[in-house]
Amino acid sequence: MSFNGYGVWAIYRFEMARALRTVWQSIVTPVITTALYFVVFGSAIGSRMTEIDGTAYGAFIVPGLIMLSLFTQSIFNASFGIYFPKFTGTIYEMLSAPVSPLEIVLGYVGAAATKSVVLGLIILATAAFFVPLQILHPMAMLAMLVLIAVTFSLFGFIIGVWAQSFEQLQFIPMLIVTPLTFLGGSFYSIDMLPPVWRTITLFNPVVYLISGFRWTFFGQGDVSLVWSLVATGGFLLTCLGVIAWIFRTGYRLKT
Amino acid sequence: MAAPPVLSITGLTKTYASGLQALKPVDLQISKGEIFALLGPNGAGKTTLISIVCGIVTPSGGKVLVDGCDIIEDYRGARQKIGLVPQELTTDAFETVLATVTFSRGLFGKAPNPAHIEKVLRSLSLWDKRNSKIMTLSGGMKRRVLIAKALSHEPEILFLDEPTAGVDVELRRDMWALVRELRDQGVTIILTTHYIEEAEEMADRVGVISKGELILVEDKTTLMQKLGKKQLTLNLQEPLEALPEGLSEWPLELAAEGHEIRYVFDANAERTGVPSLLRRLADLGIGFKDLNTTQSSLEDIFVSLVHEEGRAA
Repeated sequence: MSFNGYGVWAIYRFEMARALRTVWQSIVTPVITTALYFVVFGSAIGSRMTEIDGTAYGAFIVPGLIMLSLFTQSIFNASFGIYFPKFTGTIYEMLSAPVSPLEIVLGYVGAAATKSVVLGLIILATAAFFVPLQILHPMAMLAMLVLIAVTFSLFGFIIGVWAQSFEQLQFIPMLIVTPLTFLGGSFYSIDMLPPVWRTITLFNPVVYLISGFRWTFFGQGDVSLVWSLVATGGFLLTCLGVIAWIFRTGYRLKT
Repeated sequence: MAAPPVLSITGLTKTYASGLQALKPVDLQISKGEIFALLGPNGAGKTTLISIVCGIVTPSGGKVLVDGCDIIEDYRGARQKIGLVPQELTTDAFETVLATVTFSRGLFGKAPNPAHIEKVLRSLSLWDKRNSKIMTLSGGMKRRVLIAKALSHEPEILFLDEPTAGVDVELRRDMWALVRELRDQGVTIILTTHYIEEAEEMADRVGVISKGELILVEDKTTLMQKLGKKQLTLNLQEPLEALPEGLSEWPLELAAEGHEIRYVFDANAERTGVPSLLRRLADLGIGFKDLNTTQSSLEDIFVSLVHEEGRAA
């Protein structure tokens, strides 16, 4: 046996089953949240905002909103998926099974990314109810959605391995990812910031992700598409490197 | 041992990051189809040893071969052959019995086989509960689920870590029956236990581990003879200052300031010497108020073995 496909499929199905058990809250929550954002930002505030680069404000925030959920849900799904067996002790079975690190990651991260891509599409569909949407590069949009979902699921997997309590599990998403996303141009163009803050913002990696994703909708972003891809690819490779190290050393998985 | 070893452990050591030396170099060979019981007090290294073989703990040194597969270099080959039932009741909560057992089979790289899963669940009286969520089951039922998971991928070696700790009599009997049935199918079984009764009932060979050292590996029958020692205590009506001449045939001991006579004898022997001792006491007019016999416990054996080790060192 050189590749344990049954093993990957078992993990993937287990993780998907977990989401399907709570399918109600998995779908209803994001739909309601998105609707709220559109009522507040799209209608109430958006009606007084001017167009940004020729795009109505309500439409402009759609890519940022999808990214916000994609980041947090990818991290949450993947980190919880690997943290919970550690917490209950059922991880013993994973460690004693003939599955390679690659197969474990494929199962967990594949399932987490699938869930957040589906969620992203649900949010997109919800948004289409509120604002007229045009997607210039739909294939690129889908590719970007998948790429970022995978990257942040990998990141979530790392957090899940690292965390030793439920508080720690929430720590990085709450204290780092959400602020960076809000400050990363989810709801505004960074051109709207004063020059000093614009420069500082360029050090926020999330800017590049949101900008790239926005480009697939409207054909323009805050930074050039190349930089967006470089930033996403760089983050992806970093996460893969950390995960390789985790499995080589057994960090917080094995003694 | 005619059969080739299905498990071969050479010079296996483990020192945890905390500096605790959980295993001193351990060597052990287990033959195919054997039932091996690993006895030892808490913290002796039983679980560490099992965890290393199963891939949950990384060894510090030494070599382990499972049916010829190195547990590090060919971990897939080694782990496929192993089923593990852990000591703790670590189960999922929200999954159904059928789902979790099916999951285990897939995880171990085996193609789906609903007929085999059904057979395993039926043999553990879990079939009726197959659609129940695990969290609704009793502790004993959860233990059965763990066994079903371990058997889902048809392992050649089954590890049972304290299988009957906190388990009711019925389940214990079922488990023993199951172990025998598995042995008849050629499965090698390695179990850890506190209970000498369990080793006596099931094992072919017994290993005693203490402070990370495998201090004894013996056929069960040999060990049982050592465990067969009993002590008779007689509470005397009148204290004795010394043992009378007439009792010199028995290796007796006077204790509790002359209020007790103690006699250690072999319960398995044809002649224990107890009836004749009692007759002689009556002849000598030594009366006793009460008498009791105690079996030397596993704990006593551990203590004496460990002491012997200490003296030898």
